[in-house]
Amino acid sequence: MLSFVLRRIGVMILTAFALTFVVFYMTNLPPNLEKLAKSEASVRMDDDAVASWLAENGHTGPVLMRYGEWLGLLPGWTLTAEDGKVTGRCIEDGMDPAAAPTRCGILQGNWGYSTVFKATVSDVLARSLGATGWLMLWVMIVMVPSSLLLGVLSGMREGSRTDRVLSTFAITTTATPEYVSGVILIALLASATAGISPILAEAGWIEGKTLFPGTATSAMDDITFWNFFLPVMTIALYGIGYIARMTRASMTEVMTQQYIRTARLKGVAFRDVVMKHALRNALIAPFTVIMLQFPWLLNGVVIVETLFNYKGFGWTLVQAAGNNDIDTLLACSVVAVFVVLVTQLISDIGYVFLNPRIRLA
Amino acid sequence: MSDTTWDPSKPILEIENLSISFFTRLREIPAVMDFSCTVMAGEAMGLVGESGCGKSTVALAVMRDLGKNGRIVGGSIKFKGRDLTHMTEEELRHIRGSEIAMIYQEPMASLNPAMKIGAQLAEVPMIHQGMARDDAWKLARQIVADVRLPDPDRILNSYPHQLSGGQQQRIVIAMALMSKPALLILDEPTTALDVTVEAGIVDLVKALGEKYGTSMLFISHNLGLVLDVCDRLCVMYSGEAVETGNVEEVFDKMRHPYTQALFRSIPLPGADKNSRPLVAIPGNFPLPHERPKGCNFGPRCNYFVEGRCNALDIPMADVPDGHRHESRCLRFAEIDWSAPPAAGKTVEKTAIGKVVLKLEDLKKYYSVGSSAFGGGMKKVVKANETLSFEAREGETLAIVGESGCGKSTFAKVLMGLETATSGQIMLFDENVQSTPIQMRGTGTISKLQMVFQNPFDTLNPSSTVGRQIIRALEIFDYGTSDAEREARMLELLDLVKLPRAFADRMPRQLSGGQKQRVGIARAFAGGAKVVVADEPVSALDVSVQAAVTDLLMDIQRKNKTTLLFISHDLSIVRYLSDRVMVMYLGHVVEMGTTDQVFAPPYHPYTEALLSAVPIADTRVQKQRIVLEGDIPSAVNPPPGCPFQTRCRWKAQVPGGLCDREVPPVRTLDGGHQIKCHLSDEVLAKMEPVIKIAAE
Repeated sequence: MLSFVLRRIGVMILTAFALTFVVFYMTNLPPNLEKLAKSEASVRMDDDAVASWLAENGHTGPVLMRYGEWLGLLPGWTLTAEDGKVTGRCIEDGMDPAAAPTRCGILQGNWGYSTVFKATVSDVLARSLGATGWLMLWVMIVMVPSSLLLGVLSGMREGSRTDRVLSTFAITTTATPEYVSGVILIALLASATAGISPILAEAGWIEGKTLFPGTATSAMDDITFWNFFLPVMTIALYGIGYIARMTRASMTEVMTQQYIRTARLKGVAFRDVVMKHALRNALIAPFTVIMLQFPWLLNGVVIVETLFNYKGFGWTLVQAAGNNDIDTLLACSVVAVFVVLVTQLISDIGYVFLNPRIRLA
Repeated sequence: MSDTTWDPSKPILEIENLSISFFTRLREIPAVMDFSCTVMAGEAMGLVGESGCGKSTVALAVMRDLGKNGRIVGGSIKFKGRDLTHMTEEELRHIRGSEIAMIYQEPMASLNPAMKIGAQLAEVPMIHQGMARDDAWKLARQIVADVRLPDPDRILNSYPHQLSGGQQQRIVIAMALMSKPALLILDEPTTALDVTVEAGIVDLVKALGEKYGTSMLFISHNLGLVLDVCDRLCVMYSGEAVETGNVEEVFDKMRHPYTQALFRSIPLPGADKNSRPLVAIPGNFPLPHERPKGCNFGPRCNYFVEGRCNALDIPMADVPDGHRHESRCLRFAEIDWSAPPAAGKTVEKTAIGKVVLKLEDLKKYYSVGSSAFGGGMKKVVKANETLSFEAREGETLAIVGESGCGKSTFAKVLMGLETATSGQIMLFDENVQSTPIQMRGTGTISKLQMVFQNPFDTLNPSSTVGRQIIRALEIFDYGTSDAEREARMLELLDLVKLPRAFADRMPRQLSGGQKQRVGIARAFAGGAKVVVADEPVSALDVSVQAAVTDLLMDIQRKNKTTLLFISHDLSIVRYLSDRVMVMYLGHVVEMGTTDQVFAPPYHPYTEALLSAVPIADTRVQKQRIVLEGDIPSAVNPPPGCPFQTRCRWKAQVPGGLCDREVPPVRTLDGGHQIKCHLSDEVLAKMEPVIKIAAE
């Protein structure tokens, strides 16, 4: 078991290197750097000025070397100007060059400086990841139990009325992407002119003009049911349908297995057949799917956070990408890669506990 | 009749005029019609018939578990006097598992893979007797010991996949016995197991039946097994019981033409491919919605009388002088049952020609890597160890052994799907041991062909029968034009006795036996000289087996083909082979002519194998030798003689030689080879396993 985990971690690290290099290479393509120079220094720079600005700020040199510097494996660049002033990757303004560390990359905790947010990337990331973490937590709390329940209920008696009703619901929600369901939910519940809010307001049942607020910005400071309901439901609805379908498929398959017949003919009551005999076998497949939902959620939050103006990870990513903020983009990709790999590791290990037939060696 | 008291002299199970139908969108399909049978306390009732005859449906009806589409449309099933057909789910639940328990065909599939054995066993008394968890586990431990499993504590704490097939089946039996049921339903309990394992299970079932006084409903297609286990027997054909009575009476004085035809189509000792060939039942099993009027067996029956047998539904009638012996035949009083079968065509023995295939010291090892990263030890599986033999023109050489003995690996190496690790294979004058099939010439490929085990999977489902045979001809470079190949294809259909119209049919329109005939036609398309038949009839029903076997023999005689017949069924091997090779764990342990192998001196393994095969003949007396334990894993074979862990003669070899050394191949009289340390004196003292009592 331990050696399996170690080996998996080794593979993960290799994968992380490869993926971050790809992102690094793409974000550091010459046109991007030129844009960076123009936005940082002056829009009206000519090509020579751009080239010298890039050289002064350490954006020249082989890609691999710059990648190494960014990682913190290679010493950061230093440049001695004609006037004897030493600048460098690791030398902050007003710092004594001799006292500066030689390496400063993400391994040393130096994630760079965000050109959009005018703050260090680590600060930006910490704040936005924290916000998104709460969002994801609530999405999971809503999504996982309800989808498993839906899936098991509809899968235990295939073709029954319950199954058809629940399946219709699941197919509908999973066929509706977040940018559609988000808009529908807002129109329905958070609009002063459409949906149910005007009716409720007229009847005097709600205080404000709308039932739910249309943004989740206030949730940055204080999460309440009211300001978090819509973004959470928008992401969760899609996942509920998807995981419920997976669970249902796996459940219907398990229910036709011979060992379920064995249990039935042992005299086990139907409820216990489902709970004791079918459930664990039926959860093996959805478990992997749920774990793969985490990276997918990162994807969903991009839309939802933008839609509801919630300044989390997704919103930050959109801002960084839109404004050519290379360091933030790179950091976001590192986080995404990390989330994908870690959830896959958890999914593999959890699989072993659910399925006794798999042994790790 | 009261619900609580029950008079033990009354039948435990009484099925009267039971009819079951399955309902599809198109139509109602009657699966069982007018079925009656009675099981008394302590009695073992056998239900025998071919696949699709409705025997499993009856068993599931007793359990009232027919699924969504199945429904009991008439009759009653009385269990201890109470009618099961009118019980509510809740009442049924109290009977299932506690009073009626079931044992299934595939033990692996019937155990919950994600639950420990102990939990699955303990559940039964916890539900039915409200037993506490600890007590239930204690009881489980005791029952596991009762079904003769070693180390019960370890078994209780393992998961099903950690046990072997035989052990799993013992657990399923233990589960059925947990609450001492009055009736046990066994649905083909040993079909998925090897013969030697099967023998152990059958012994166990018999002993437990006696110990607990349980009545049994034993479902099987194997007549020999029914003779071993049951007191009474009910033969089913196409949804109806056609004959029922005491086992001995039905076996010796059968009174229904189908029962008779069934017995004539199975290879019993004494049958011989040349002098006393099997008599196959003509025609095919009727589909449920295409049953004929009157007697269902009418169209295939030798005693059929037009206007009488197909006039009205035929009722069961008592056989005079019989003991609860009934038959569903109008003419059983008129038929002369002692008349010998219409003299089958006897044929000359085929002359054995020159050597066509010669193997020398063939070895095939697989190395099993332990991980994708190359860490850990490499393990070597020795699938074939020093195989040497030769096969001659027109000869049938049978290769016998249980699963995992390496017989299929050998076939793969010979066919070129794998290459040999060392040794030589000479096909005619060509060395083929290290030539994979892609590198072999068309000539070699068409000379060496294979007939596969499962005809259902080996035909392309989306191409017509004729097209598939023509494709084989194209690959073998036969003929110069399409017309020529077409003509040859029709000839081949004639050869395998299929109507020429079948050329345009799709495989799904064919029955199992017909598909296997297509498989045979394909194999012989290029005039194959050596044909490897890998269990060619084991997936087919008994009545079809005889016909397909005969066909193979016919073609062999015509073409002087060398047939390598791989099988685990010793009855059929005895019937059709000239020489037999017995394999165990990759070693050839015995080889000789059929008579030599089937008579003493035996290799101890052959002896056990012969004893394990159930024979459907009341005159046969067998010596009972049950092998202990399972076949050792080929990854980790025992040192010395491969069979030493299960050998009952081991003590006769002095000095623990069996533990240390692989025995040399010894040649006895007449070229009979045995790989065993036993001395000549001991071998000479061996007694025949099968004796036919004098009539």
